[in-house]
Amino acid sequence: MTALTPVLPDAPQGGTPGKGSTTAARKSRRFSNGKRGLEPWLYLAPAFIVLIALLGYPIFQLINVSLYDYRQAQVSGKAPLNFVGLENYQKLFADPQFWTVLGNTVVFATACVVFTLLVGSSLAVLATRLRPWVRSMLFVVSLGAWATPAVTGSAVWLFLFEPTLGLVNKTLVAIGLTQFEGYSWTYDKWSAFGLVASEVVWCSFPFVLVTVYAGIQAIPTEVIEAARIDGASMPRIARSIMLPMLRPIVIVVTIQSIIWNFKIFSQIYIMTNGGGIAGQNLVLNVYGYQQAFAASLYGLGSALGVIMTALLMVITLVYLRILKRTGEAL
Amino acid sequence: MKLARSAAAIAIAALALTACAPPTSNNAASSSDEQTGTVRVWLFSEVNQDPKSAVVKEAVTEFEAAHSGAKIDVQYIPVDSRAERFKAAFNDPSSAPDVAEFGNTDLASYVASGGLADVTEDIKSWDEAKDLDQKILDTTEIDGKNYGVPWFVGVRALYYRTDLLQQLGLEVPKTLDEVETVARAVRAANPDLLGISVGGAAQFSAMPYLWANGGEIATKEGDTFVSGLDSTESREGVAAYTRLLKDDICPAQTCAEFGGNASVQQFIAGKSAMTIGGDFNYKAVAASAIKDKFAVVPVPGKTAGSIAPAFAGGNNLGVFNSSERRTLAADFVKLLASKKYQQKMFDSMGNLPTFSDVQKSVAENNKQVEPFINTLGAGTKFVPVTENWSTIDAQGVFTGMYQKVVTGKADVNAATTEAATAMNTAFGSK
Repeated sequence: MTALTPVLPDAPQGGTPGKGSTTAARKSRRFSNGKRGLEPWLYLAPAFIVLIALLGYPIFQLINVSLYDYRQAQVSGKAPLNFVGLENYQKLFADPQFWTVLGNTVVFATACVVFTLLVGSSLAVLATRLRPWVRSMLFVVSLGAWATPAVTGSAVWLFLFEPTLGLVNKTLVAIGLTQFEGYSWTYDKWSAFGLVASEVVWCSFPFVLVTVYAGIQAIPTEVIEAARIDGASMPRIARSIMLPMLRPIVIVVTIQSIIWNFKIFSQIYIMTNGGGIAGQNLVLNVYGYQQAFAASLYGLGSALGVIMTALLMVITLVYLRILKRTGEAL
Repeated sequence: MKLARSAAAIAIAALALTACAPPTSNNAASSSDEQTGTVRVWLFSEVNQDPKSAVVKEAVTEFEAAHSGAKIDVQYIPVDSRAERFKAAFNDPSSAPDVAEFGNTDLASYVASGGLADVTEDIKSWDEAKDLDQKILDTTEIDGKNYGVPWFVGVRALYYRTDLLQQLGLEVPKTLDEVETVARAVRAANPDLLGISVGGAAQFSAMPYLWANGGEIATKEGDTFVSGLDSTESREGVAAYTRLLKDDICPAQTCAEFGGNASVQQFIAGKSAMTIGGDFNYKAVAASAIKDKFAVVPVPGKTAGSIAPAFAGGNNLGVFNSSERRTLAADFVKLLASKKYQQKMFDSMGNLPTFSDVQKSVAENNKQVEPFINTLGAGTKFVPVTENWSTIDAQGVFTGMYQKVVTGKADVNAATTEAATAMNTAFGSK
């Protein structure tokens, strides 16, 4: 029994006031002074270990591979492994296709982010004004879109936009727009990007909707009531009360959207059949996959991965910086 | 704080210095050659799997009866994920099979990865090998060594609608130019139909046009390949093929994205008057609504009576370099690829044999394969046998060239020059 009794920690600082306690206090200060450098690190260690294992090592290996001429022959030990320094990067920067793909990615992702935020936020505002059962319907329907896997969603959209038998073209023709008879949505570069973007917006706006809606709900009604009593108009309340209070949420949602939309893969890969006619719809991630895995140029593909990672970090930092300059920090 | 940070920085720098090279596996040829035990075999799974399994089972039984102590373990792997499977097998020899079926266009990259064993001697000492179609055997050869035994071939020919041509009083096209004029005439009379369904991404339909005009994808010069796409002949071939993807035959809006399969699907759906389809498509066409209204002829060449060189597609059987039962594995390959079992595979699956004499006999007994066998007999051609071809293919260099022309993004000269440059860059990266 005694062995099982938990050892209670000694009561801190003892019970007797006076000399003893000051020594203890000094002792403890000395202890924290001496080990302060180490103590926070100890608390952070578990998180660090996990981060290094799951993030640090892959990124290290990605950078490492990008500095080698690393193809299938090298992986399976048939050809010697050569360190080529920045050659993979030089190759990419000298390739006009890389710049086209980069441009595509920026335009496409930006459009996706903007439209996702617009649609999601507008619906969130709308949701606050709806009757409960209509709101529930809206949530159920949008959660359905959110829950749909990207692969399935893309296939369904392709089906809807099929040139001859698709519902969209049939409807357009039925209402008199005969130029859509057999119209291929994936033939023109920007029409194909538009089609994919609409699918991306469709499956990612619910996240914005739910998050922003929750944010609006969290705004104390007293604040808005007070503003109303002071005679503020609805737009004024939205601009001066709600938006500033929603700011942290909008920041998080925007950063998430940027990261997600820059990394779009499945939708482009499926809907444009691996990058569109003559590669016109390639974005960085699909291009990286094409180079690294389809063409087995692992070194070059890794270089693309590094560029992608760096780019996203820079975009996120710049965005946070701008926000910091215009208002309070996150 | 400062100390810890600099310590971390030093640790990372040290790690970067010592960890050095990314991982590679040792894929040396196995030194052992056991005469008993299990031989692992990978074959592709098929939509219609049962007839294939039945023939393979028969071969396994025959093999096991003749080799006491040896067992064959057959696994069917999906064609779509073959790249990952094979790469994984090359990276980790312990999970690799001993024998595998693989597409002949993949051969060069597998050899470059060190995955396939040289089977030149096995073929030389094999009594049936002398009857192998030489053009097909050539597709397995790199630097004078063979890395696979051709198991079956696939070639494409011209499918056409007998009823439509008859209605319009059109002759069956005898030259490539006539294919174009007939296609245009059909569409002019039936604006809902495609004159011929071909595709911007259907590379194997485009190749006969290139070759019939005297063009080449690439030719070997010394150690490396040099693209021939920018030659006058090749450009004529590209121009001739892309003329089909115009509004008056097969509008680019519809056809630019078609691959080989999509083109044939249009024909099966009764939406086109002609198409370039493979022997492997025959069953599906013959089972469709147009089954009584079509016929097949070889794709004609430039002059009447000639046949355009077709792409010699097909699958090989090969032995893995890492196999610990090399002799048994090679013996099983020779059995499954033998005349007897190729005949059985033809009977059950319709796979065209790779032996010239077996080809002749099946053509005599089966009218429907005659145009394909005649195409084979006229001489086939192949893509450059180099590991860089899979890179070029994956980057869409060849099909991208056609798609750029048909979508008006580039003219024939610009597109062929660009493709030739891209190919030469890929060929140059040894």
